[in-house]
Amino acid sequence: MGRYLLRRLLQFVPVFLGTTFIVYTLVWAVPGDPFAGKCGERQCPETFISLMTDRYGLNDPLVVQYFTYLGKVVSGNLGETFSGVSISEQLLNSAPITVRLAIVALLIQIVIGVVAGVMTGIRGRGFLDNLVLVSTLLLISLPTFVTGSVLQILLGVEWGIIDPTVSPEATWGELIVPGFVLGAISMAYVTRLTRTSIAENRRADYVRTAIAKGQPTRRVVFVHLLRNSAIPVVTFLGTDLGSLMGGAIVTEGVFNINGIGGLIFRNIAEKEGVMVTTIVTLLVLVYLLMSLAVDLLYAVLDPRIRYE
Amino acid sequence: MSTVYDGERGEFVAGEEQATAPLLEVEDLRVEFRTNDGVAKVLNGVSYHVNAGETLAVLGESGSGKSVTAQTVMGILDTPPAVVLGGHVRFHGEDLLAARPTRRMEVRGAGIAMIFQDALSALNPVFTVGFQIAEQLRVRRGLTKAEARKGAIDLLDLVRIPHAGQRFRSYPHEFSGGMRQRAMIAMSLALDPELLIADEPTTALDVTVQAQIMDLLRDIQRERDMGLILITHDLGVVAEVADRIAVMYAGRIVEQADVYSLFRTPAHPYTEALLQSLPRLDLKGQELKAIKGLPPSLAHIPSGCPFHPRCPRVAARCSQEVPAYRRVADGRFSACHFAEELIPRG
Amino acid sequence: MSDPQALDTFSGADAADLATTETGERQRKPRSLWGDAWIQLRRKPMFYISGVIIVVVALMAAVPDLFTSRPADFNNLDFASQPPSASAWFGYSFQGYDIWARAVHGARATLLVGIFATLITVLIGSLMGIIAGFYGRFVDAFLSRFGDIFAGLPFVLGAIVILTTFNPPGSEPSGTAILVQVILSISVLSWPVSMRIMRSATIVAKQLDYVKAARALGASTRRIIFRHMLPNTVAPVLVYATIALGAFIAVEATLAYLGIGVRPPVVSWGVMINDGKDYVQNSPHELLFPAGLVTITVLAFVMLGDAVRDALDPKSR
Repeated sequence: MGRYLLRRLLQFVPVFLGTTFIVYTLVWAVPGDPFAGKCGERQCPETFISLMTDRYGLNDPLVVQYFTYLGKVVSGNLGETFSGVSISEQLLNSAPITVRLAIVALLIQIVIGVVAGVMTGIRGRGFLDNLVLVSTLLLISLPTFVTGSVLQILLGVEWGIIDPTVSPEATWGELIVPGFVLGAISMAYVTRLTRTSIAENRRADYVRTAIAKGQPTRRVVFVHLLRNSAIPVVTFLGTDLGSLMGGAIVTEGVFNINGIGGLIFRNIAEKEGVMVTTIVTLLVLVYLLMSLAVDLLYAVLDPRIRYE
Repeated sequence: MSTVYDGERGEFVAGEEQATAPLLEVEDLRVEFRTNDGVAKVLNGVSYHVNAGETLAVLGESGSGKSVTAQTVMGILDTPPAVVLGGHVRFHGEDLLAARPTRRMEVRGAGIAMIFQDALSALNPVFTVGFQIAEQLRVRRGLTKAEARKGAIDLLDLVRIPHAGQRFRSYPHEFSGGMRQRAMIAMSLALDPELLIADEPTTALDVTVQAQIMDLLRDIQRERDMGLILITHDLGVVAEVADRIAVMYAGRIVEQADVYSLFRTPAHPYTEALLQSLPRLDLKGQELKAIKGLPPSLAHIPSGCPFHPRCPRVAARCSQEVPAYRRVADGRFSACHFAEELIPRG
Repeated sequence: MSDPQALDTFSGADAADLATTETGERQRKPRSLWGDAWIQLRRKPMFYISGVIIVVVALMAAVPDLFTSRPADFNNLDFASQPPSASAWFGYSFQGYDIWARAVHGARATLLVGIFATLITVLIGSLMGIIAGFYGRFVDAFLSRFGDIFAGLPFVLGAIVILTTFNPPGSEPSGTAILVQVILSISVLSWPVSMRIMRSATIVAKQLDYVKAARALGASTRRIIFRHMLPNTVAPVLVYATIALGAFIAVEATLAYLGIGVRPPVVSWGVMINDGKDYVQNSPHELLFPAGLVTITVLAFVMLGDAVRDALDPKSR
């Protein structure tokens, strides 16, 4: 187990390096002057530009700049943006909001998706099953910005149930509707996955055994059936947290939420390589850690799986 | 044996003539599978009974309906596609098909228990063997966790699993095939059932292990004076352990008799053909006869006697008249027009 | 007759068993997985519904004049933001475009993005997946980690970084250039998914007895892969491709909505959505009609993918 964990963590290293390098190179390749507009109306004086270029090492070869960046990451001090704002501070302002949004979305997926999936999976064909099937198909096909815009107009503008935009504090309550919008597509997948998984296992021999043992129906479903059916659903939910955070950018745009989506948009335009690379890398790390967590959880849920 | 000792009359009488109801009585059971591809008539009027302390072997090819009958008795048929069209399953005289779901649940495990062919898939892979046995005692008997644990270990001991205390914590995949089937038997015995249905319990096992499991089942059945329905296609197993045999073909019982009579003078050409296809030590150099033709498709069961297209004794009426399943001698039943001619008089 | 053990005791049944398989096939005609799947497909209403939608959209893309007599840039500012009417079924946009006419012409760019992104994704991903699955060990480890780099990149975020890099704010790329860039960005970020699908299908196929037999008989690697393994591994990738095609159409719209995707002079549904999004409160039809078309088309591909998967999966019958 320990060796397995170590091997998996070591595998992170090349992925981490690859991601950061690609993103850093891409942002570095964006044509344009990072100091345009930094000195008010006028063009910045040569001395200022050369001073700043030196300070940020912009004349160094790309590889040197990249390793300097890695050094900063390791030391934990990311430095400042070109306009002198602390990068860590900006991240700490925006990231929690996006994390909160993603968690709301995840909770909605679990509650609605799993319940609907279990109900239809157990009951099988019928009105409810068809209803759920059609609505999940529709949710999967609706692009996030459409769901977002429609709910914003209906709930926010027409009926006045929510504020069309979210305040800078972005409280949990305010994030319910945006969280639903963000999680809608995954919610539909969770529903379908749970339904298929339950429907498949419902016919499994060990469920038949549990019934033949005379175990109460409730226990057959919640103890014997659910535990086995949970495995694919847990996998999906785990890997989905990362994509929810990365995909939050559209939802954040629609509801004007001050998360990392807006942050990255602004910083790409301003050639803030360090900031952009850091955000993307953080998201990749979330993805990698979650997939590791899912694999470990696998072994807990299914004793047949052993890692060494 | 189908005969029981009648103290008052001081003689053996045929079980069917007893006044008290048998332990389990299946009567005229009819089941269909309805799928998109059509309707399969899986059971077409199955009747048999088992008395307390008796072993009934249900013999037949795959698809003859022997497992479906057992599943209907247990109430674990997949519905849909299965539809029970009619018939009765009487346990101590009580019709289970008409009973409320909660009553049926009580009977499962405590009244009638069942073990399955493939213990690996029949045991839940994510729980320990011990948990699955103790679960019966905890949930059904209301025992505490510690009591249930002790009870489960005793059961594992009973089915001759070595180091039961340690094996309690093992998962099904950590057991060998034979051990798994033993664990399955232990689980089925947890609530002291009066009847055990064993659905091809040894088919998935090695030959040597098969014998051990059969011995175990026979010993337990005798010790506990339990009724046992042994579903099998293995004539050898039948000869050793069964008191009575019911032979199934195309969703019907075609012959029922005590082991001795059935092996000596089969009262149905299908049974006869099965016996002739079996190699025998006492007849060296004999020619093994295969049954010609195919088992019928359950979607298109032949008219008249379903066996007539393959029957060596086929006559004109066989393709038109369905032969009645009837008593043809003491404790002997057959569904062949010529059954009476097949068994010697007196 | 599926019990192997039955053969020990029933030599009669044994013979019958063999006969079943023989005559059974003669009676039912030999059917392949694909033949079977086709028969299953034709039973499903979903298959027909999605088929009709896809054919209509494809016709729009191929011969837009069948659906409208107006050109894509038909423009009359007098009608700006007018709601749907008999002359313009979807109404007019803020810039005075006939939304129906523009949407019909926009189908082509949207569909092109979907089709080409799917093709590239599936081709690259499958190739990598087969190589990783077939050779295993170091090759597998290397390709899998390489795939992780792109799989870990959040899709929209990755696309933003790539597309902004190539088209910094203020630049005006040509229509073809931006189409190619959008297609490539989608492909670069999606190929690991089809690689993973193909990889596991290949690993399973490698263990099949007849593939082992082919190896033992000394068949060449290429023959084993293409002749014996590919037919078994194509099915899951095909299902993925169908659903991905729909998803990529939604991605095209999303990227355009964010202002980094296809842009004028190219007309696509995404472009129309980007045009309409600022007027959504006063004349929602400008956003909702093209968005509705995207949704219906995506729906059609998802339904088709579902139907194909169910048809290919014998368990679901």
